[in-house]
Amino acid sequence: MIKHLRSAADLDLATATLILDTAGEMAALAGREVKKLPTLRGRTVVNLFYEDSTRTRISFEAAAKRLSADVINFSAKGSSVSKGESLKDTALTLQAMGADAVVIRHSASGAPHRLASWVDGSVINAGDGTHEHPTQALLDAYTMRSRLGRLAGLRVAIVGDVLHSRVARSNVLLLTTLGAHVTLVGPPTLVPRDIAAALSPATKVSYDLDSVLPDMDVVMMLRVQTERMQDSYFPSAREYSRRYGLDLARMRKLPEHAIVMHPGPMNRGMEIAPEVADSSRSTIVEQVANGVSARMAVLYLLLGGKA
Amino acid sequence: MTGFLIQGVSVLGAAPSDLVLRDGFVVSAPDGTEDVVDGSGLVALPGLVDLHTHLREPGREDAETVETGSRAAALGGYTAVFAMANTSPVADTAGVVEQVWRLGREAGLVDVQPIGAVTVGLAGKQLAELGAMATSAAGVRIFSDDGFCVADPRLMRRALEYVKAFDGIIAQHAEEPRLTEGAQMHEGEVSTRLGLTGWPAVAEEAIIARDVLLAEHVGSRLHVCHVSTAGSVEVLRQAKARGVRVTAEVTPHHLLLTDELAASYDPVFKVNPPLRTAADVAALRQALVDGVIDVVATDHAPHAVEDKECEWAYARPGMLGLETALSIVLSVLGERWDLIADRMSRTPARIAGLDGHGTDLAVGSPANLTLVDPSARRVVDPAELASRSRNTPYTGTTLPGRIVATFLRGEPTVLDGKAVK
Repeated sequence: MIKHLRSAADLDLATATLILDTAGEMAALAGREVKKLPTLRGRTVVNLFYEDSTRTRISFEAAAKRLSADVINFSAKGSSVSKGESLKDTALTLQAMGADAVVIRHSASGAPHRLASWVDGSVINAGDGTHEHPTQALLDAYTMRSRLGRLAGLRVAIVGDVLHSRVARSNVLLLTTLGAHVTLVGPPTLVPRDIAAALSPATKVSYDLDSVLPDMDVVMMLRVQTERMQDSYFPSAREYSRRYGLDLARMRKLPEHAIVMHPGPMNRGMEIAPEVADSSRSTIVEQVANGVSARMAVLYLLLGGKA
Repeated sequence: MTGFLIQGVSVLGAAPSDLVLRDGFVVSAPDGTEDVVDGSGLVALPGLVDLHTHLREPGREDAETVETGSRAAALGGYTAVFAMANTSPVADTAGVVEQVWRLGREAGLVDVQPIGAVTVGLAGKQLAELGAMATSAAGVRIFSDDGFCVADPRLMRRALEYVKAFDGIIAQHAEEPRLTEGAQMHEGEVSTRLGLTGWPAVAEEAIIARDVLLAEHVGSRLHVCHVSTAGSVEVLRQAKARGVRVTAEVTPHHLLLTDELAASYDPVFKVNPPLRTAADVAALRQALVDGVIDVVATDHAPHAVEDKECEWAYARPGMLGLETALSIVLSVLGERWDLIADRMSRTPARIAGLDGHGTDLAVGSPANLTLVDPSARRVVDPAELASRSRNTPYTGTTLPGRIVATFLRGEPTVLDGKAVK
């Protein structure tokens, strides 16, 4: 088993499949009256969050607690070296406390890589800057497999601000490993032209959402921050929504069986219409539930549990 | 003053001969009072001249001082270095440049020639008192806002014109600031994969293209700092073919390292301009051989540990260069001694108008020289560097060549590979 989960590229097909299978076993546990396993009793998991992210932190916390680990939440606001303790000093502190795993969320891309060079425990990337968010990709893959029964050969469109999206990067890498075919869709300002070369040569790019939808099994909408508008990535929220938002009319272009995903939090009315987000095709609430199972599987396997 | 007899040394790769140094000059014959240096197996080069060094004093003496940087320079084979103006306070007045110049003379290991800021506080708003710096004891001839680009085209034009009165030259850090906001590394496949904001090649090329046109328009000299892209080479090639008076430098690290190194997220590889692609490296090497790029300059940029042992985005850009430059150039160009002397000594001295440096080792020449053992190999260990900082990108790398001795005006600054003071 790998020691760290810094990037979805750390996962080969066998490892990724093992994590998804284990997540399935963990999900079965959620249906039981006592939702707890003794597996990580006496182990310490630190949630080191330099960015506000209630949903991801709670998901990791629930995952660790269901495995009976001791959980320490370390929230470090104001992440620059100019304000307070450096990441390295914090790492040495966690090291001295004997953290078995550190779950890190940080606004700087690559912070988990730096952390892993300073601590002995496992490092799990819970989102680093505009780089990656590998457990999100795992829960997304788990959700697709649960709904559609397979991953190999699935056609997945990821739509929106690919340039700044850690969710997109991790999903492209993991889905490619798992045999799915990814098409990235968005305005050219938000889809780097070398993204396929950078991540996976088989990745397709399109600037036209309408032409892509009829062939997709999955469409994943990314959150688009309205601040991007101020920086001229697109002219206005309205124009963005018209060209790249998923509304009911667009949803009807999808095949019958296709599902709609969103990593949250959503801008309802911007990248996704409320009727779409709340439709039966939407997996948005399931994704949250599956997040706990996927993160349980990651903690369990990285900390030496046997599948 | 002791004389030195360097026996059996190969001057620029020629057949071994003796070199005699006395009273600061190369003289024809020994008088028997000289100290003898065994030059067998060694190559003599005119003392190296670095047009681009950050000595950090005044302001960041925890990262480097004029003295520690001078020692690093001497150990790297340099006899003159040009100290960039981005100190604290900024070297934008006669007072600060004279202070740096005086500290250099006191250290006495290399000739430290201050570069003056183009604009007050490097703020890019208003010309600094360039004439006062030129007529100061420091005799400043090169002016640069290095670290920042003189982005305002009107201000750049005025600066280029103004320094003609005292044969000055503007050394531009070519970086269009609006195209590099938040930039962390070269924009390309690697930055896309790593999720680090890109520094596009065009941000450098657009400024160089503009500036060669401005220099041509006003008939001034322009020097381009740390050229890093294949596209910049093409812009320079065309400008030179048209007769524009432009010169350019490349750093050792841009001749060797690529953006792939950022994949470690170790900020020791963060530098501005950023490490580029293998295609850029190839174009820069060719341009250096062709003479489209005139000189190698180190952009020696010491940084304190805490400014590098952190997240990539928070780290300061820059890497050490003085003590490894010649080895890198040797590994890139091979033992083409005349070419090396040209790109690292003669031409930089000529661009800067620096008398007494960059002259070949003939009888009557100033005795500024360095002796290199080209057959030596060394593994770079940051702990062994003379610089006060440790941010070398070459840790653990085996490099060819070792500086055995350096002489400044006939006096040794380095002997047996060690600084004499």
